[in-house]
Amino acid sequence: MSIRPNAPAIHAHQLCRHYRMGDALIRAVDGVTLTVRPGEFVALLGSSGSGKSSVLNLIAGLDRATSGSVIVNDRDLAQLSREDLAHYRLHTVGMVFQSFNLISSMTLAENVELPMRFAEVERGKRDSLAREALTKVGLQARMNHRPSELSGGEQQRAALARALINRPQLLLADEPTGNLDSRTGTEIMNMVREFNQQLGMTVVMVTHERALAERYAQRLIFLADGKLIGDESNSPVAANATERGRA
Amino acid sequence: MKLPDLTELALRNLRESLLRNSLTTIGISVGVASLVAMLSLGIGLQQLASRRLMKSGLFDTVVVTSRRDLRNFGRDDERNAPAPGESRILDEPTRQQIERLPNVAEAYPDIRFITELRFEDKPHLTTVAALPASAKSNDAFETVQGSFFSSDIAPEAILQKTFAEELLGKTPKRGLDETNVKDLAAPLLGKELIMRYAQREPAPSTPTANGKNTASEDQSLGAAAYSVVSREQKLKIVGVTELDPESMRGPTRARVFLPLGLAENLHVMQPTDLRETSRAATDQPLYAAVSVRVKDPSKIQAVEDAIKKMGFNAFSILDASRSIQQFFKVLYAFLGIFGSLALVVSSIGIVNTLVMAILERRREIGIMKAIGASDKDVMKLFFAEAGAMGLLGGVIGVALGWAIGQVINLGTNIYLKSQSFPPEHFWAVPLWLVGFALLFSFLVSLAAGLYPAARAARLDPVQALRYE
Repeated sequence: MSIRPNAPAIHAHQLCRHYRMGDALIRAVDGVTLTVRPGEFVALLGSSGSGKSSVLNLIAGLDRATSGSVIVNDRDLAQLSREDLAHYRLHTVGMVFQSFNLISSMTLAENVELPMRFAEVERGKRDSLAREALTKVGLQARMNHRPSELSGGEQQRAALARALINRPQLLLADEPTGNLDSRTGTEIMNMVREFNQQLGMTVVMVTHERALAERYAQRLIFLADGKLIGDESNSPVAANATERGRA
Repeated sequence: MKLPDLTELALRNLRESLLRNSLTTIGISVGVASLVAMLSLGIGLQQLASRRLMKSGLFDTVVVTSRRDLRNFGRDDERNAPAPGESRILDEPTRQQIERLPNVAEAYPDIRFITELRFEDKPHLTTVAALPASAKSNDAFETVQGSFFSSDIAPEAILQKTFAEELLGKTPKRGLDETNVKDLAAPLLGKELIMRYAQREPAPSTPTANGKNTASEDQSLGAAAYSVVSREQKLKIVGVTELDPESMRGPTRARVFLPLGLAENLHVMQPTDLRETSRAATDQPLYAAVSVRVKDPSKIQAVEDAIKKMGFNAFSILDASRSIQQFFKVLYAFLGIFGSLALVVSSIGIVNTLVMAILERRREIGIMKAIGASDKDVMKLFFAEAGAMGLLGGVIGVALGWAIGQVINLGTNIYLKSQSFPPEHFWAVPLWLVGFALLFSFLVSLAAGLYPAARAARLDPVQALRYE
C-alpha cells in the first residue's frame, strides 16, 4: 500500500472509547484528536485512569473505537477486519508492556522469534534474525534462558527485541519502565531512543513519569478523564530527532 | 502459521501441562482401545464364521439336480423351466460339461444310498455317502480322530460320531453329556465293517436267433438293460468325525463316508436308477445330484446361473450367507456405536482440558494476539493441540486394543484347549481398522477442540492482557 508523502504516522480524530459497567457509562477515551509525525517520539502522560493506555490500545489495533477514527499510515483502523488488524499488529506495530509479557514457557530466542512464526518466516532466517535482535539488546548469552531466569531489565530488553523483530514502523510502549528500577529504566529508554533515532521509528510511549517523558520524548501529550488536555513539544530532544528523522 | 510451527508449538504446550494432558490422552486411548476391541471382536467373529462356513463347503458348493427329480430345492425355478419330463438327465457327460464351466474347481457325483452295514455281526442301517479327496480340507475332517482316506479307491470308511456311538451301543440319552469322540474312536479304528449293497450291473447283450448283438439296437430304442446284484464290501474304519460334514443336507445327510473312487467303482444302485428305469436312455449310471465346488465363493452366483441355464436345478447356500453377512453388518454397527461412545465420552476430556488451558493461558493468548497472531492462528493452535492428543491417544489406543485382543484370545484358547477344542482366532485387527481408529480418534478430537478453539480465537486481547 502506498503512503502519501508527509502523511502523518498516526492521526486520531474525535476518538472515543466508551463502555458500560453495570448502569454506568465509562468514557475511557472521549473525543481525542491528535496527530503524530513519522519518526516522532511522543509521550502520553496522565494519571491512572486518564485513558492513556486506552488510546495506546486503539492505536495498536487491540481495541476498536466506539466512535471517531484512528488512521495509521493512511489506513483507517476502524475499516479493517479482525484478520487485517492482526496483520497490522504483526507488520506495522511493535509493542512493549510494563509487565514485559514474555511467554514463560518459551526461551528468550523462542519469544523473540514468535512474531516471525506468525509472519511465516523461514526457520533459518528466523533463527539468525532472533540472534541478531537479542545481540543488539545485549542478551546473546541468554538466548536459551526462560524469562523466569532473567532480571526485569533483561526481560524488558528481550520484549524490546521481540517488538522490533518484524521491523515495525510504530513502537508503542505502555509504561516500559514501570516495573524497573531507575538505572535499568534509563538503560531501556536509551535503547528505545536509539531505535527511534537510528531506524526513524515512530514511538508512542505511555508513562505517568513526567521527568522520564521530558528526558526522551519530543512531544508530551496530556490526558485526563479520557480527554486531551495538553500537547507540548519538548524542544531539546525534539530538535535532534527531527533532524535525524528528516535525514 | 505453518504446520511444522503449529505442531511444534502445540506439542510444547502439551508438555507444559504434562500430567493433565497425559490423563486426557489416556482417556482417549481407552476410548480408542474400546472401539478397536469391539470392532476387532466383530471382525474376528465374522472371519471365524466365514472360515468355518467356507471349510464346511457350504459357501463354495452348488448342488445340482435334474429337473426330473421332483424333489427340487427351488420351486420357483420350475415355473420358468422346461417341464420335468422334458428336461435333461444328470449323467457322466453332463457332469463333465458342468466341470468345464468357468470358475468350477470340480464337479463330482453325489453318490448316496441307504444300506446295511454289519459290525461285529450286528446289522446297522444308515445312509452312506461318497466323498472326493478335496473334502479333506472340510473342517469336519480337520479334527477327525484317526485319518482321512489313504486314497480315492481305498476300501475305507469314516464314521460320523452318532453312528460310531450306535456301533458301540453308546447312544447317549437326552440331557446327558455327549460322549467324547476320542473315547469312541479308540475301539473302532482299524476295525472292519461289512457293507451290503445293491450293485447295478449292465446286462450282457443277448444274442438273437441270427446271432447279432441286440444291445446297440436296445440303446437306439432308448432303453438300457441292467441287473441288480447283491454284493458285500469290506471296509476298514480309518476315522471318526465329531462334526457333521453334511449338516446342510438335513435328513438326507450320511453317517458313513467312503472314498468317491471306491463308491463309483462299486456301481451302487441309486434311487435315480429305479426312477429312470422306464425311460433310461443309457446304460451309464445316472446321478441323483452332482456337487459342484466353485474356485472362488464370490463366483458362486455366476456358476449357479450358468448351471440353471443348462436346464438343471441348482442350489447354494448363498442366500443364507447373505443373511449372515447382514447379521454381521448389524453386529459391526452396534459394536462400533458402543466403541465410539467410549471415545466420544473421552473426547469430553479434551474439551475440559482445552477450556482449562484457555483459562490458564488467557494472558498468553492476549500476548500472541498483541504481537500479531490472528484469530485463525490461535484457533489452529488449539486445534493442533486437540489433534495431537487425539492422534497420540489413537496410537496408544490401537496398541492397547490390540493387546486386549491378544490377551482375550490367549485366555479363550487356553479354555478351549482345556475343553479339547482346537485353538481359534477370535480377534482380528486389520490394517483398515488401525487407519480408521486413528482417523476417527483424530477427527473426534478435532471436533472436541472446536468449541475451545473458537472460544480462544474470540478472546479480546485487551481483556486477556489484563488477566493475571
